[in-house]
Amino acid sequence: MREPDISTRRQFLGLAGGVAALGAVPMVTLRPAEATPAMLATAIRSVVGTAMVRTGKVKLDIPPLVENGNTVPMTVSVLSPMTAEDYVKSIHVFNEKNPQPNIGNFYLGPRAGRGQISTRIRLADSQKIVAIAQLSDGSFWSASVDVVVTLAACTDEVI
Amino acid sequence: MASALINVPAKAKRGDIIEIKTLMSHIMETGYRRTATGELIPRDIITSFTCRYNGVEIFRADLFPAIAANPFITFFTVAAESGKFDFDWIGDNGFTESASASIAVE
Repeated sequence: MREPDISTRRQFLGLAGGVAALGAVPMVTLRPAEATPAMLATAIRSVVGTAMVRTGKVKLDIPPLVENGNTVPMTVSVLSPMTAEDYVKSIHVFNEKNPQPNIGNFYLGPRAGRGQISTRIRLADSQKIVAIAQLSDGSFWSASVDVVVTLAACTDEVI
Repeated sequence: MASALINVPAKAKRGDIIEIKTLMSHIMETGYRRTATGELIPRDIITSFTCRYNGVEIFRADLFPAIAANPFITFFTVAAESGKFDFDWIGDNGFTESASASIAVE
């Protein structure tokens, strides 16, 4: 009763060889604890809805080369007069490759005086960071920065 | 034991834009790390931070596991009147902490 096994193996090898010969089949790897660009897009959609996000007005200050991903200083500043009629409503920060796409949501108002916040974040990998600001007129503005991380904030770390 | 560090200028001129710096000691356990035996360590983070200026909310933040341990947050406000800033941190496992600081506006 070994015959079926062998033929299955042969079929498999033949199939694998055929796939390799095609050479155009994308490699699929399973990485559950990681946000994907699709998750990033979904997280951004859940904040902005169907509104258009334009580039500009937002400045994302973060070191381009990070030694320790466990604590990365970050400052987001938004160009705005911060008056009662024209102010920054909120600032949202997202990432591409941490287990979750969200980093933080910050809600400001006309009394903030300056559309700027700072905090320290964790980065699990070299990746793109996106900051989106919502202004009082309902428009969304964004900035993104690519960060290289030498020592990742390790999610699989054993303690 | 949780403790807060707050930096608010003691005095300011009316209309000045002042910077407020806050730090709360907290582990901010992500919920993605494992012990040596492979068990997932449950999430334990601060999820929300608010600042009120004489009772009116001027700043609020939703925090996620991607915020580093001992969340440090700085923001700005206009010194409008003398009074008090109240800071509140709320988190997992019933974590609540508050702190306050006063300011004299001339």
